[in-house]
Amino acid sequence: MSGDVILSLTDVVKHFPVQSGSIRRNKDVVHAVDGVTLEVRHGETLGLVGETGCGKSTLARCITRLFDLTSGQIVFDGKDISTLKARDMRPLRREMQMIFQDPYSSLNPRKTVGSIIGEPFVIHGLEREKDARKRAVQRLMELVGLNPEHYNRFPAEFSGGQRQRIGLARALALKPKLIVCDEPVSALDVSIQAQVLNLLADLQSQLGLTYIFISHDLSVVRHVSDRVALMYLGKIAELSPSEDLYEKPRHPYANALLSAVPTPDPAEAAKKKKIILVGDVPSPVHPPSGCRFHPRCPKAQQLCVDEDPELVARAGDQPSHLTACHFPVKSAEELITATPQIAEHERIVEPEAVSAETVSELIEKGAP
Amino acid sequence: MIRFLIRRIALGVFVMWMVTVLVFGIFFLGGNANTVAYRLAGKDATPLTVMLIRKRLELNKPIYQQYGHFLWQLTWHHSLGYSYYHGESVGSILKQAVPITFSLTLGAAVIWLILGVLSGVLSAVRRGSIFDRAVTALALFFYSMPTFVLGLLLLFLVSFQLQKRGIRWFPGQGYTYISANPVKWFQSLILPWITLALVSAATYTRLTRGSLLEVLGEDYIRTARAKGLRERRVIYRHGLRSALTPVASQFGIDVGTLLGGAIITETVFGMPGLGYTAVQSIQNQDLPVIIGIVIIASAAVIVANILVDIFYAVLDPRVRLH
Amino acid sequence: MSLTGTPIQAPLEEQPAGVDAAAANPKIEGRSTWQLAWARLRRDRAAVISAVVILIIILVAIFAPVFATITGHGVNEQFRTTGLNPEGLPVAPGKTFLLGTDDQGRDLLVRLAYGSRVSLEVGVLATLLTVAVGAVLGLAAGYLGGIVDTIVARLVDLVLSLPYLLFAISLVSISHPGMRIVIIVIVVFGWAAVARIIRGQVLSIREKEFIEAARSLGASSWRIMFVEILPNVMAQLIVYATLLIPVSIVAEASLSFLGLGIPPPTADWGQMLAEAESIYQQAWWFIVFPGAALLITTLAFNILGDGVRDALDPRIDRL
Repeated sequence: MSGDVILSLTDVVKHFPVQSGSIRRNKDVVHAVDGVTLEVRHGETLGLVGETGCGKSTLARCITRLFDLTSGQIVFDGKDISTLKARDMRPLRREMQMIFQDPYSSLNPRKTVGSIIGEPFVIHGLEREKDARKRAVQRLMELVGLNPEHYNRFPAEFSGGQRQRIGLARALALKPKLIVCDEPVSALDVSIQAQVLNLLADLQSQLGLTYIFISHDLSVVRHVSDRVALMYLGKIAELSPSEDLYEKPRHPYANALLSAVPTPDPAEAAKKKKIILVGDVPSPVHPPSGCRFHPRCPKAQQLCVDEDPELVARAGDQPSHLTACHFPVKSAEELITATPQIAEHERIVEPEAVSAETVSELIEKGAP
Repeated sequence: MIRFLIRRIALGVFVMWMVTVLVFGIFFLGGNANTVAYRLAGKDATPLTVMLIRKRLELNKPIYQQYGHFLWQLTWHHSLGYSYYHGESVGSILKQAVPITFSLTLGAAVIWLILGVLSGVLSAVRRGSIFDRAVTALALFFYSMPTFVLGLLLLFLVSFQLQKRGIRWFPGQGYTYISANPVKWFQSLILPWITLALVSAATYTRLTRGSLLEVLGEDYIRTARAKGLRERRVIYRHGLRSALTPVASQFGIDVGTLLGGAIITETVFGMPGLGYTAVQSIQNQDLPVIIGIVIIASAAVIVANILVDIFYAVLDPRVRLH
Repeated sequence: MSLTGTPIQAPLEEQPAGVDAAAANPKIEGRSTWQLAWARLRRDRAAVISAVVILIIILVAIFAPVFATITGHGVNEQFRTTGLNPEGLPVAPGKTFLLGTDDQGRDLLVRLAYGSRVSLEVGVLATLLTVAVGAVLGLAAGYLGGIVDTIVARLVDLVLSLPYLLFAISLVSISHPGMRIVIIVIVVFGWAAVARIIRGQVLSIREKEFIEAARSLGASSWRIMFVEILPNVMAQLIVYATLLIPVSIVAEASLSFLGLGIPPPTADWGQMLAEAESIYQQAWWFIVFPGAALLITTLAFNILGDGVRDALDPRIDRL
């Protein structure tokens, strides 16, 4: 499975300026992606998982260069693409494609399926002849399990799953090496999800594709990925072969998330203890110092506040299992009993219930 | 709020400045000192006048100095220039025209606002009824009616036909000052008011109806109904409030535009307001007067726009933030 | 879940949603928004009638010389003996002059027919130009953003806060009168409203994923604006254009009425009404027929425009 490196990211950073105020007084930025380093190998599926707002979609758009990087380096297929201009990027787009989350907004409602799937050919000047293009499009439609007779239909006439197949056919048109799948099944019914996932797997083995598969759904990611990267607040918390991460999670955040995944076996589920995390994900405008997870981490110590842990293989792990934690977890049990060893103000505390008086007071004052 | 005000007024001043550049560009550029002076001199001007203008307006100097002079006269001396055709300052010519345009516009505005909003609300509330259809059809009819066609038809069908039968309620063309004879003033304004009001009211009917129907489809209106409010209260307290904001904005702009001269109506009824004066001045090639009217009219529109925005900001605090 | 297994050809759940049984037949091609709108428009009786009226006006404009041939009256021909009565006033509608004559003894019918040419030409040309300029600037401002957007937005603010008719007559007054300046004036003061509407639309369309999809395929900004976004604002543009035609026609007629539009002796409805203003008391036909021609034309376009809007945007029906 794991061949040569096809894509490598070094310390990729993407900040968005916060728009507010008439004259740019506000210098705040959203730290959407804040120093991500990873490699993707030829033919594998790398799962990218994390909660909403952790920066995984932004990272996908940095990789496909829909966004300009704030800093860092992306090497794709031996070429540094981190600062390429749109025009110079164009030939490379044939090698790298993307499928999108929303099957309803990712297809132009005013174009027929045929012209949507045929668009890559037009843009890159391939299959110039109309008949040849139609044949090529219909081959693609067959490949993804669509009826080629529906060539002239509009996206509105298809279901969500079929639309996702249309998006996939469009991505496959240029025979790319790498496909970045941004939550490709999140918007679909569970029954349809399986079909699309199976199709992705079949195409991977048929065409030798490499996938970066983004999802917030831990089970889906486990199902499709060879390796998984878990993101938290713009950084990778843990990166390891899929089975390793799910069987022996080392990062406290990974442990907490996995403990929340439902188990189908009731006996098993009863045994399982959930680790309840305190509070919400902090704002990416002012991310916490040191380890970004420290305000919510049951094992946090002063070192976590002061120093950002590196993403490296920790003692006792395979060299392929990287964790960004000063005090990696040995067993899930210890998290339940652990208490943070850091100052109160460094932690997120459950907010106290707001009394009715305070609410009306706030409204009176017109406070936000 | 004060920051919003300052920003809005600054924008208004900026637009006004752009207007002066535009006016200057239209009338002072494109030609040498002689042709520009000749243009400004008016019909049948003597070479002496042309020479005088060249000197007075410093037309021999570079363009930017000419513009500086133009702007200086305007801002510092509040002088709109001098009409060589009339041999009178533009300011005093316009002083006679302004009250006429004011009487016409404000009177008509009251009529069309009441007529338009009322018919729009009633037809939205009784959507699909015969009343609604009749109002919609009538509104479309008057919306399609060019102002001067309606004016001429009223002159012919009402004023002329009645006069033929000895009824002299509506004088044909012309204007009587209110100070001269209030009754005649009122009579001379009735038909112009109706003309301007009917044509404008049609726009307001369509606007009010459409916007109220849209608002009544919103979720919060459903919520208001669901909590058992009386329909009347739902429509008038909850619906109208937001439905009328686009109407208010249109109203401000329309009144502003017309205060700069209800050109067509004044021309049809021969009322020497700003608009009619402008048309006359063009025929006399009396450009200084046109420049003056354009500047006054632009100022009226800009002030009206600022008032509308302030009105919005008072109604809806979110506006202030943008 | 299994990673093996072939893609299913036509799974039950994946039948096209919201399509009736007939559409399940693969032979039937999908009906585009345009086809649906066309079907709705054809059911709108008022719109169909006004379309027929417009068609008649267009035919009259094309075959205006036929009116001259049949009556034997040239468009600028003055009939001082038959066309004017002994007091020098126009003659009323009758056998020789079906719609009467004007103040110079010319056949009103023939002049009305020729006058429709000016109205339609200006109405259509000015509208097309206005919509084209407004659409391009609106697309550029909305999609490209940045400095382009700032400049376009400022220009829109400026144009929309000018007393347009006054500026229009000022512009006309310093140039050569004629159709060209009339069209230029209409475009100069009309594009801003189109640009503002389109910009707003583009701002929301720009956020859709299909735009990102096009970018990730390597589409140029030009292609995204005109191939991806433009078809999505086409409906608004068509509605706006239909409603802009009568506005342009009235604008031209108003300028001509003020003596600043199409110069005589070219036959023009606005100009005829201006000439009628002084003698309407003796010749009702001189204001009634040109006035009616103008009103019918604008009315027909407005009714059609409302119909087109309802057909393309059936949301209103669901309220």
